[in-house]
Amino acid sequence: MDVVTTTAVTVDLAARPVRDLNAALHAPDPAPRWRVVNPAGAHNVAVGVDAPVAVQIDGPVGYYCAGMNQRADVLVRGNAGTGLAENIMSGSVRITGSASQSVAASGCGGLVVVDGDTGARCGIALRGADVVVGGSVGHMSAFMAQAGRIVVCGDAGHSLGDSIYEARLYVRGAVASLGTDCVEKPMLGEHLAELAGLLTWAGRDEDPAAFRRYGSARRLYHFDSANHTAY
Amino acid sequence: MCGIAALQVRDPALRPRLGALLAGMTCRLVDRGPDAAGVAVYDEPGLLPAGWSNVSVLDPGRPDWPDAVAAALGAEVDVRHVGPTAVVRSRTTTAALAGAVRTAVPEATRIGRGRHAVTLKGVGLAADLTEAFGLDALGGTQGIAHTRMATESAVVASGSHPFSVDDDLCLVHNGSFSNHATVRRTLRRHGVEFDSDNDSEVAARFIGHRMAAGDTLTEALERVVGVFDGFYTLVVTTAGTLAVLRDPIACKPAVVAETAAWVAVASEYRALAELPGVETARIFEPEPGRVYTWTS
Repeated sequence: MDVVTTTAVTVDLAARPVRDLNAALHAPDPAPRWRVVNPAGAHNVAVGVDAPVAVQIDGPVGYYCAGMNQRADVLVRGNAGTGLAENIMSGSVRITGSASQSVAASGCGGLVVVDGDTGARCGIALRGADVVVGGSVGHMSAFMAQAGRIVVCGDAGHSLGDSIYEARLYVRGAVASLGTDCVEKPMLGEHLAELAGLLTWAGRDEDPAAFRRYGSARRLYHFDSANHTAY
Repeated sequence: MCGIAALQVRDPALRPRLGALLAGMTCRLVDRGPDAAGVAVYDEPGLLPAGWSNVSVLDPGRPDWPDAVAAALGAEVDVRHVGPTAVVRSRTTTAALAGAVRTAVPEATRIGRGRHAVTLKGVGLAADLTEAFGLDALGGTQGIAHTRMATESAVVASGSHPFSVDDDLCLVHNGSFSNHATVRRTLRRHGVEFDSDNDSEVAARFIGHRMAAGDTLTEALERVVGVFDGFYTLVVTTAGTLAVLRDPIACKPAVVAETAAWVAVASEYRALAELPGVETARIFEPEPGRVYTWTS
């Protein structure tokens, strides 16, 4: 996706505050294409957008970029701080660089693609969004993730998938350690097909057969009658 | 929340701009810490002539105290008032100067000491304080700065960062230590004295105590991981060295940017956004629990 065309509305964050940008994006019937320049690590760029628009941000952004995104396609050409696409509902968020911690935290739907690496807790409490990371993810990624898929083309840090519910994890590289109740699971045909679809959707060309699958052992979130005296 | 900014200059041509670059970094982090701010600058001859010692204090305000310090020291001292801070300078050893300051003006909180680093701190907004310090006009080899949002102790100048408790050793902290009282008691049993109730001072004293016992800066910081409980990003400087350490959970942020001309550490990227050449810098987040050092 590259939305830089003559029809894009350009907003220069060196000249206007982020609130102006976000207010314009929240207005009824916003222009379909936006280009944001000079973000300089500003927080809250393009948060809360709920419209079928394309937003390209040229440069690094701070915290919570594209948070709560609905329907919009947001592209960041640069790095991102904490909470990229947190609570994303639909649409897509892609960054060409790396992102800090808590990418797509509690995201419910849509696609988040990070071409570089992420910090800790990528996909924490994920509730249905899909996350594809071209590089590696930090520790405690997919913590308590309930639904959705996380694809990691590089390595995963310590305690991957700790206390995970039903999110599905695909990792191509090394996993430093698995968190409590997270286990490796067999890669069946349906999983290869699902992963191939996600990689294609994210515009990546890795071989699905090179990935391993991880998920919940389901020992943690069911009550066990044998332990009833402990409850 | 607090804001951390540190800059080590590799290209000597950038040294005259150190203060201005650091001031810009610090002021862009003011909303992480609007309560107080402070800075330490290394090797700025305008603040501290080469070969001299300095002890900086929160200005005690009463007249004639510099004469009392000179009398206690038995040597000439030169005092420069920089914002709310007074920098006491002499040609003696730092230890002798610090002892004389303590004897002559015991009510003055000593906030920094060394033969390379000068520490300046106060209460209020970073923009006001960096202007009061004249930071824009200062040069140097490296600098470290902090904007404070107070959590563990009062908003007073003695609780501002950096904490400089041994010669040229400066520490800034984003986070909070939950066992600082325990560590403080342990250090007191070893004869370590404290200037404030601040949790971050305990970390600075701990590192100073360990380095006095023979640890390298890296070794002392590695001990911090085992001894201190809490959340922290620490940036620690000694003469010529800049170090960063995040707690093993990495709750608190840090971004490192590195070019051939400089290396910088900040809480957020936006503090780095105006550094020359940042667009081509190698940028990364320090891994949790790992000590990083850079030596100029």
